[in-house]
Amino acid sequence: MIALVLLGGVGRSVDAPEAITPEVKIDNFSFGPATITVAAGTTVTWVNRDDIPHTVVSSDSMFKSKALDTDEKFSYTFSKAGTYSYFCSLHPKMTGQIVVR
Amino acid sequence: MSQELDDPKAADVHDDGVDRRGFLKCMAWAGTGLVWTMSGGIPVSQAFAKSIGKYGKSSDLTFVQISDSHMGFNKPANTDVIGTLKTAIDQINGLAVQPEFLLHTGDISHLSKPEEFDNVDQILKSANAKEVFYVPGEHDMLDDGNGKAYLERYGKSAKGAGWYSFDKKGVHFIGLVNVVNLKAGGLGSLGEEQLEWMEDDVQHLKHSTPIVVFAHIPLWSVYPEWGWGTEDSAQALGYLKKFGSVTVLNGHIHQIMQKVEGSVTFHTARSTAFPQPEPGKAPSPGPMNVPAEQLKSVLGITDVSFVKRKHSLAVVDSTLA
Repeated sequence: MIALVLLGGVGRSVDAPEAITPEVKIDNFSFGPATITVAAGTTVTWVNRDDIPHTVVSSDSMFKSKALDTDEKFSYTFSKAGTYSYFCSLHPKMTGQIVVR
Repeated sequence: MSQELDDPKAADVHDDGVDRRGFLKCMAWAGTGLVWTMSGGIPVSQAFAKSIGKYGKSSDLTFVQISDSHMGFNKPANTDVIGTLKTAIDQINGLAVQPEFLLHTGDISHLSKPEEFDNVDQILKSANAKEVFYVPGEHDMLDDGNGKAYLERYGKSAKGAGWYSFDKKGVHFIGLVNVVNLKAGGLGSLGEEQLEWMEDDVQHLKHSTPIVVFAHIPLWSVYPEWGWGTEDSAQALGYLKKFGSVTVLNGHIHQIMQKVEGSVTFHTARSTAFPQPEPGKAPSPGPMNVPAEQLKSVLGITDVSFVKRKHSLAVVDSTLA
C-alpha cells in the first residue's frame, strides 16, 4: 500500500523528493531499465534479483559496489550532470547507463 | 549445430572417413560417460567402460578435473553444495585408476569468503590425491583485495593474478587466469602481461611435448552473447600451434562442451554445484533448477588420462549420479 501511494505521488508532486529513488533491477543477467534519466542529486539504487552475485561498476571507476548477493542493494548519488556508463565486473556483457540532467 | 557424442555416428566419422571439416564445425554436446581420445588430431569417441579398460590401466598419467564448486551457494538449484562436492570426491576416490592430482578450474567459492574456501579445502583433504592445482574463477575474486585472498591461499608461487606452469611425466601444464580486469561489454581476458609470460613459457619446449592448458572461462568462443569466451584466447593458442597435442580444459559454463580444431582439443567440465542452461536456451545463463532426484545426473567430474606411447589423451566425463 505504501509503495502505491508513493508511486502515485512521483508524477504529480515536486514537493516529495524523498519518494524519487529510482531503482534498477538486476534480473536475468541484465540491468533494467538499462538506461534511466534522473535529475542531479538523485540517488539510484540497484537491487539484485538473480540467484548469482553481480556488481555495479562505473566504467570510469567513479563508483563500484561490492559483490551483491541475491536481494542485496547498492546505492549511489549522482550529483553532477552527465552520462554514466556502468557494467557488472563479473559478467561484463551486462551494461547500463545513468543519464543525469 | 550440436551433436550427441554417444551417437554411434561420432565414432564413424573416423572409421568411414566422413568429411572431417564438416564434423569439426559441430559444437558437440556430450552424453554421460563419453570418451574422447585424441590420436594424431583425429577425434575418436568410445564407450565409457571400454575406454577405462583400454586407457585407464595402462596410462602414463591420470588426473581429474573438478570445477565450479561454488561453495556458499544455497539457492534452489542446489541447497547442498557441500554434499555434492563430497560426493564428487568420493567418486574420485572410487576410480579404478587413482589420479595423481586434481585440477580445479575455478569458482571454488561463491563469494570469496574465507569460510567458503575453508570448506572446500577441508573436503578436498579427503581426496586420495593430495596435490591440487587451481585457477581462479570470477567468483574467487570478490574479496576486498580483488583476488588477494585467493592468491594468498592458492597462488603463492604463481605469477601475476595467479598464472603458472608445471610439468608432470613429460606433460606441460599451463594454468591461466582470464577472470580479472574484465572490460565493459567484453569477454574473459588474459591480458598482455600473462600472454607475454605464456609465450616465453612454451618457447623452449619440444614440439612433441603434450600441452594441457587450464583456465576458468572457455578459451574458445562457446557463446559470446553470454560472455562464454575469452577475447584474447586466439593469441594464447597461437603460441601453441607448433605442438602436436594440446588439450584445453575449462569450466565456467557448468556443462560439457567439446571441440577439436587441428591438434587442439577443447573441453569444458560439469560443475559440482549446479547446472547452467545450454547456450541461448534460457533468458540468461543463471543456475538451472532441475528436480532434486535429477541433480546429480547433471553434475560431475572429468577424468583425463594420457598415454605416452600412443600420443593420445582420453577425457572421460562422469556424472555424480
